[in-house]
Amino acid sequence: MIRLCGIRKRFGENLVLRGVDLDVPEGHVTALIGPSGSGKSTLLRTANLLELPEAGSIEIGDHRVVFEDGIKPQPSAILNIRRQTGMVFQNFQLFPHRSVVANVMEGLVTVWKWPTDKAKRHALELLEKVGMSDKGDAWPATLSGGQQQRVAIARAIAASPTLLLCDEPTSALDPELAAEVVEVLSSLAAEGTTMLMATHDLRLAARVADQVAFLEGGQIVEQGPPERMFSHPSDPRTIRFVRTLSASTEADGQTH
Amino acid sequence: MPPTLQLMLDSLWPLVRAGLVFTVPLAILSFAFGLSLGFVVALARLFGPRPLALFARFYVWFIRGTPLLVQLFVIFYGLPSVGILIDAFPAALIGFTLSVGAYTSEIIRAALSSIPKGQWEAAYAIGMTQRQAMVRTVVPQAVRVAVPPLSNSFISLVKDTSLAAAITVPELFQQAQRIVATTYEPLILYVEAALLYLVLSSVLSALQARLEKRFGRYGGYMESGS
Repeated sequence: MIRLCGIRKRFGENLVLRGVDLDVPEGHVTALIGPSGSGKSTLLRTANLLELPEAGSIEIGDHRVVFEDGIKPQPSAILNIRRQTGMVFQNFQLFPHRSVVANVMEGLVTVWKWPTDKAKRHALELLEKVGMSDKGDAWPATLSGGQQQRVAIARAIAASPTLLLCDEPTSALDPELAAEVVEVLSSLAAEGTTMLMATHDLRLAARVADQVAFLEGGQIVEQGPPERMFSHPSDPRTIRFVRTLSASTEADGQTH
Repeated sequence: MPPTLQLMLDSLWPLVRAGLVFTVPLAILSFAFGLSLGFVVALARLFGPRPLALFARFYVWFIRGTPLLVQLFVIFYGLPSVGILIDAFPAALIGFTLSVGAYTSEIIRAALSSIPKGQWEAAYAIGMTQRQAMVRTVVPQAVRVAVPPLSNSFISLVKDTSLAAAITVPELFQQAQRIVATTYEPLILYVEAALLYLVLSSVLSALQARLEKRFGRYGGYMESGS
């Protein structure tokens, strides 16, 4: 069970999440869409506690953390949640001082205490899966953005997390490079990886997601399957957003 | 052989020996201790509870704001009047360590702060504790940033060890002074001492270049993609 409940988060005066409830069905992909500042990235980052909510609860697998104003959870409770999630960042955030294969091994060796040779074998299998097996010894800085993001995906799924979080995984990439990342993510989705992603890449959401939630002003305004959300949204805010998004996607398609 | 050259050759071994027995160990030990102190002070300022962070700031402010020579005099000549007697070499070691600690703490603090927040997050996201993220992800990258300014500090320190002559440590420069006292050849001896410091500094510069290459081998960041 993966459930975010009544999540509230403020940055200073600004209330970015106003009590958000979200169930992430296992074996499926949930996409969070919405305009900049809608809170979708913040919501995603509360799921592995990179942002600590002020109120609400987060339940992933056997672990549940409840947040109350002013009470910081135990570090071990935070680790328990984090160790059941993997995360893919907009800007990849590979460790630049480690080779590609060492990036993928890092969590297995440091956090999960796997022996090096076993971790390396597993890391190479994962690199194979994301089409990067020939680059195991390369430094991250020598790779294209799309290649870096594919390595970052391999790193994020290395410890077989219950939930894979993707924060704008294609936004920093050119369309061709984005396409190879979409490819990898959709094959993970087809294998039944549970994912929660924040994106404004309509193609990514339409191709990969089973469920789409539209956020605005720190609240989920509407949610449903992508076909309905993109072709027959019911809330006027969703309608407006989907319209601007498809307009910009078409403009994108024409320039490339 | 011209007498000048002969004098230089004759004094070479006494000077080099003083350098090897006092200057080099003093520099290496006080840099090693000072760097460890600097790391702890940097951590205190970045992550420590407020009183500790304030104490660390006070320490840096005080050491950086007072002359090293005066600090050495306080330790060696001043402290005995309150009953604390320290031999010349350990007194110099304490003085230089405190000095190196203050200056390098600022370098280390800057180097640690220069590592992007996203690297911490990437480490946390794979389940690392704060300590693991520090040791495995942040420090190795910060080292690379810190090598050039730390090399600066080390080279300065090697030359500053000549101040220990003033508190009776028989290091390279004091040895030169002693030879001058019997030969009355200040120009020759002090130039020779200067050249020996230059040799030491050059060795360290070469070492710095190797370290930079070693830590720079992975290339730059490539954060913003494509």
